[in-house]
Amino acid sequence: MKLESKIPEGPLAEKWARQKFALKLVNPANKRKYDVIVVGTGLAGASAAASLAELGYNVKAFCYQDSPRRAHSIAAQGGINAAKNYQNDGDSVFRLFYDTIKGGDYRAREGNVHRLAEVSVNIIDQCVAQGVPFAREYGGTLANRSFGGAQVSRTFYARGQTGQQLLLGAYSALSRQVANGKVKLYTRTEMLDLVVEGGKARGIVTRNLITGKIESHSAHAVLLCTGGYGNVFYLSTNAMGCNVTAAWRAHKKGAVFGNPCFTQIHPTCIPVSGHYQSKLTLMSESLRNDGRVWAPKSKEDAQKIQKGQLKATDLAEDARDYFLERRYPAFGNLVPRDVASRNAKNMCDEGRGVSKTGLAVYLDFADAIKRDGQKVIEAKYGNLFEMYEKITGENPYETPMMIYPAVHYTMGGLWVDYNLMTTVPGLYALGEANFSDHGANRLGASALMQGLADGYFVIPYTVGDYLATIGPADKIPVDSPAFKETEQKVQAQINRMMSIKGTRPVDDLHKELGHIMWEYCGMARNAEGLQLAKQKIQALKKEFWSNAKIMGDAEEMNQALEQAGRVADFIELGELMVDDALNRNESCGGHFREEYQTPDGEALRDDEHYAYVAAWEYQGEGNPELLNKEMLEFENVKLTQRSYK
Amino acid sequence: MKITLKVWRQKNTNTEGKLVDYQLDNVSEDMSFLEMFDVLNDSLTRKGEDPVTFDHDCREGICGTCSMYINGRPHGPQTGATTCQLHMRSFNDGDTIVVEPWRARAFPVIKDLMVDRLAFDRIIQAGGYVSVNTGSAPDANEILIPRSIADEAMDAAACIGCGACVAACKNASAMLFVSAKVSQLAILPQGQAEHRERAERMVAQMDAEGFGACSFTGACSVECPKSISLDHIARMNREYLGAKLASDNVQG
Repeated sequence: MKLESKIPEGPLAEKWARQKFALKLVNPANKRKYDVIVVGTGLAGASAAASLAELGYNVKAFCYQDSPRRAHSIAAQGGINAAKNYQNDGDSVFRLFYDTIKGGDYRAREGNVHRLAEVSVNIIDQCVAQGVPFAREYGGTLANRSFGGAQVSRTFYARGQTGQQLLLGAYSALSRQVANGKVKLYTRTEMLDLVVEGGKARGIVTRNLITGKIESHSAHAVLLCTGGYGNVFYLSTNAMGCNVTAAWRAHKKGAVFGNPCFTQIHPTCIPVSGHYQSKLTLMSESLRNDGRVWAPKSKEDAQKIQKGQLKATDLAEDARDYFLERRYPAFGNLVPRDVASRNAKNMCDEGRGVSKTGLAVYLDFADAIKRDGQKVIEAKYGNLFEMYEKITGENPYETPMMIYPAVHYTMGGLWVDYNLMTTVPGLYALGEANFSDHGANRLGASALMQGLADGYFVIPYTVGDYLATIGPADKIPVDSPAFKETEQKVQAQINRMMSIKGTRPVDDLHKELGHIMWEYCGMARNAEGLQLAKQKIQALKKEFWSNAKIMGDAEEMNQALEQAGRVADFIELGELMVDDALNRNESCGGHFREEYQTPDGEALRDDEHYAYVAAWEYQGEGNPELLNKEMLEFENVKLTQRSYK
Repeated sequence: MKITLKVWRQKNTNTEGKLVDYQLDNVSEDMSFLEMFDVLNDSLTRKGEDPVTFDHDCREGICGTCSMYINGRPHGPQTGATTCQLHMRSFNDGDTIVVEPWRARAFPVIKDLMVDRLAFDRIIQAGGYVSVNTGSAPDANEILIPRSIADEAMDAAACIGCGACVAACKNASAMLFVSAKVSQLAILPQGQAEHRERAERMVAQMDAEGFGACSFTGACSVECPKSISLDHIARMNREYLGAKLASDNVQG
């Protein structure tokens, strides 16, 4: 397959303006003749659905949650980046572009990232106009803070609930269009397949989660805004329902999958406490503005702490190793996530971890409290401290937090061109569901930016170009053979799962998959482990299809059946992630292959051989996927060894 | 810890439900309340029984999906926390815990502990927004908002729409939920153009959904996982009264 990125010609800063002019328009009176399906109602989905409805398109929006307001964007804590330069500290569109490309370890497209930086400023304007209560200075202007991988303060925030407030803004815009009759909402409805006919995306087949009814929906274009696949690891900071099903089934219908092994492990999460653990909770990156990360200098002290014979506060200053400040004096505690995570892991691997399990390091606020007073710290992070105390039972004002890295975000996703279209014409992927903007590592506060950029300011232009090209008549009814066949296939898979009647609950199989992925395809990977993981995943797939146990019926609310479908897809995706990680014989960003590192343990890229997007093409059940390469061209930045020292 | 659970089981909206007893012997105090339900469901499935259906998603207290009525209190004994943030260390060995769904006419039970809260979405659709199309916003710093105003708006905007306020209220009133949105937008300059219509429309929709009247007992605010203040109800009443006196927009 030939991958055409469709990045427009011309100087970097003019590409998006040129593209906007080159894209075809649909005239206002004709927009009502087009139907668009939006799957997912997080930041990307809600903003896209609302914006397209405002333009006059007929939108159908789908979510598996009981309300669009509950999509997992809501859990983003720290903030959203924008190149406003309100702080007069040297920020610019180009600097945000540069930081993002560098932060992504030079594995993202220049054109896409520059566009993202350009529209970032419009996002803040839009959200403020909607009534999003961003933090303010006393004079009434917007406040900013800094985040990892940047030396300017460009992050806008609403306490520790920025994602919630941005999502509620997009949800309110969506709700307004529901009231206007331009968006029809389908809640507790899960997309189970994509319908492709004549080489174009024609619609989707869904399951009503309350009644179990399988239904078809036809449209001129389909937008997947379905988030990331971090739950392939079972334990992650994702919500329990986050899944890859919509994207994966589209993949099996012809949408190639980009860089599946690029996963972000977030350094500041609450450590695992037991085998029953169902999810991991993130402590916002913003905490690293004031918190200092450390581990005991000596193994002996660490062991005493693990056994409960010593407390963190007992350790004298010179017995502590502030390892991020020591190794990266320029960025200190604010190094990018992949660097911070790996360093924490190294400390624990050396036996210097704390907590009962030895799998944790400290995030200490004692100095910040001494410097600014508890009140100031409480105003900045109060809700996060409370959250921590609820989960662990410890008071972080008195004793340092314990943190450990956890799976948080997936940079990989469906491959899209500059217009966000996948390799299936008429099928688009937005937000975390696509692969496009973050390369091999995403910077903090950039996920919210990308979701809203795609939904508010990119798709309204680019989808019109496709619709104008095909014309309003190019749509097929839901009773046509393509829909009926897809419905039958979906029903057959459900019947097959219900008829396994084995002995293991699906959740238990999911846990096993997560364990394999974390062990061999997590923070550090090597060829031997990945080979082993591949065998284990294949065995698990057999186990799933012969021994899964799902109670209840398919024609009713059945949460185990929902999970079974998702786990079946995660297993297949897991194998592709392993293949991708095996193929990429270099380390970059979140992908750290132990065989490829610098003498001081940093990721060692191989730009000569791997400066490409690995785009995997499905070849049918049981066949290895075909690797396509989109070469990345860098005209505006020089590829260097990333340094935060 | 040993825990006895009495859990509401109901096959669907149209059938009657009842409390069923379950015995759990190996509960760790570090477990979250929902993880205890995961363990219960694992054992029910292995025994060939239907697992308990319950709403949950983010499991970090922000999405507002989880909704259990525990020992007579929405989200259980902690204040300022959701069900998913509740840990077993809040209970004692040997405790019996009664778990029911939200009880309100406007929140019909779907199955077991899961209820239908679409009424909340319809209330927001009635006016819980600022009418501004994508692309027509002025520069963000052109709208100056003093920190105290922004903070108060944020206090209201922190609502997660879980419905605990309704479940806590003897009248199943939705006043705290509705007022949180009305108040947020009434405080902010962006919400001014539509503030009268908004209060009228949202209150009209709330009544149409079958929520009860507010008698200002304050139970909602006490049980609210985000501790939304009763001040917002007072502000909404003022908005509504003002709208009734000044506006000629909406019936109802």
